[in-house]
Amino acid sequence: MDFGPYFLLASLEGAVGAAVLAVTALGLSLVFGVMRIVNVAHGEFFMLGAVIAWWVASLIGIHPAIGFLAALIVSPLIVGALAAVAERTVLTRLNYDPEATIVATIGMLYVIQQAVLMTYGPDARPVQPPFDFRIQLPWFGYSAYKLFVIAAACLLLLGVWWGLTRTRIGLMMRATQFDRETARAFAIPVDKVYGGVFAFGAMLAALGAVLVVPVQQAHYLMGHDPLLLSFIVVIIGGLGSLRGTVLAAVIIGMSDGVISVFFSPTLAKIIATLVVAFVLVWRPQGLFGERPA
Amino acid sequence: MREIFRPDGGTALHLGVLIVLFALQFALSDYHHINIARIMVLACFAMGYNIAFGYTGLLSLGHAMFFGAGLYGAGLAAQFAAVSGPGAFVIGLAAAVALTVLAGAVALRTAGVSFMIVTLMFAQAAYLTIYYFGEFTRGDEGFVYPDAMRTLFGLELIEPTVRYTVAFGLFAICLIASFAVARSGLGRIFVAVRENEDRARMLGYDVYRMKLLALTISGAMAGAAGAAYGLLFGYVGASFANIEYSIYPLLWVLMGGAGVVLGPLLGTLAMFYLVDVTSGFTTAYLLVVGAALIALILFFPKGVLGTVREKLGARGARWLP
Repeated sequence: MDFGPYFLLASLEGAVGAAVLAVTALGLSLVFGVMRIVNVAHGEFFMLGAVIAWWVASLIGIHPAIGFLAALIVSPLIVGALAAVAERTVLTRLNYDPEATIVATIGMLYVIQQAVLMTYGPDARPVQPPFDFRIQLPWFGYSAYKLFVIAAACLLLLGVWWGLTRTRIGLMMRATQFDRETARAFAIPVDKVYGGVFAFGAMLAALGAVLVVPVQQAHYLMGHDPLLLSFIVVIIGGLGSLRGTVLAAVIIGMSDGVISVFFSPTLAKIIATLVVAFVLVWRPQGLFGERPA
Repeated sequence: MREIFRPDGGTALHLGVLIVLFALQFALSDYHHINIARIMVLACFAMGYNIAFGYTGLLSLGHAMFFGAGLYGAGLAAQFAAVSGPGAFVIGLAAAVALTVLAGAVALRTAGVSFMIVTLMFAQAAYLTIYYFGEFTRGDEGFVYPDAMRTLFGLELIEPTVRYTVAFGLFAICLIASFAVARSGLGRIFVAVRENEDRARMLGYDVYRMKLLALTISGAMAGAAGAAYGLLFGYVGASFANIEYSIYPLLWVLMGGAGVVLGPLLGTLAMFYLVDVTSGFTTAYLLVVGAALIALILFFPKGVLGTVREKLGARGARWLP
């Protein structure tokens, strides 16, 4: 067998995974970076995004493209609203204490998972991709939708980057991340920033899920892997560095795709996890993190 | 020694808890009898976690590998080398300690969030290794601990009374050890490392070595719990080395009170019965458990006993080290 076609296929599959991972991890990175809390429920926001996308798409059901577009708007909004409510009712009362937040978000994880299981059920259900044709590449045809996922994720990431560096809200977020007390002294409404960041982080997870759900089915346990991977990506990239998060997502997502095509999966995974560990031993602050003073 | 076990409220309270747990076996129904035995073994796991996380501030996400090392160390020795109870327990414990020292020596070069991820990755690698050697370990499916090997100096560990007593014995050892650590100078150094690493270093302590020591004690308790779990309940499986079993001790410790000797027991007990009772009358028990966790942490932000200790002030520090 030729190496070329396999490698191209592996890279493409890896790139789709990396794109979705980058969007999801960016959400966690913002929450982790700005609020300094570990949101264990991040994967459940992802899963909720996928399940709501299925629900919206099946409710509308005129044409897959319309259903998908509606899901792309409605799903992040609902998930963001839910996250905002959770943040206001629970996390603010805990004063964002990192340890108490872990317990509270584990609680949220259970509640969301069970609520989805009770309403949506244990089945995995697909969403129709908005368009269904193949683009002919040198050796094989490849789903145009998967290429669209990569493009859409790039656009989203650019949008977030623009928002963070070029807008007033972005400036407030960065100031809060840099120094909460000083930000407050400059009349930045830190509480509102926290609420907004938490909701926005959840919305990014939901967006990642809506993008992936035509490729991978919606299921109530699907939040597990995105949570772990996002978490790893955020730390490897360097806490508080968006550039690092995106780069780490690309590296981990791509290598995941390539490794799973070429090697025996278990041994390759063992080696890959150990490599991740040793990258952190070598650079504890992550690839792009600032060394703590 | 005399200073640690001085006759005061704290010593009396912990002794009282041990007496109640020992006496409980005569009052319990069969069902709760095995539950409490199980909880005591799992509480050893949580107490080990508490030494690393609660006292020394090492938030590890990889303790499942230490529990798993104990479980598989004992289980594989019994399965393939026909080693009986005491030998298998020692092998499991040794495997866990060796793994802790090895993984700890590397992982402790990082701190904070990086330490979380490095331990998580080591534990994932260990979990996958169990699958890689699936021929022997039987992976997810696991294997039944050979009944003939479940003996301890001639006693049959299948017997409920023996099982309960052995679980209690291990629990008592871990509780007394935790109590001694918490009240000793060593425990104070651990807390100093947790509170301010630089200051502890300035006072002349080798912070890295202290952390490694705390982690080793922690891993030893986790491994002892793992080995005992296999011996007492007769099943060895990869699911015990999964990430959930790294999260559980964290959750139990946080619920009961991190850095409190009795915290892990209370957390394990509460969580076990929360799941047990709610799953009895609804299939949607996780909904109740999740809501209960949120409510609990809102009322007791430092865990139940951590918050109680804070409320009691100086008396709390004496009673609940």
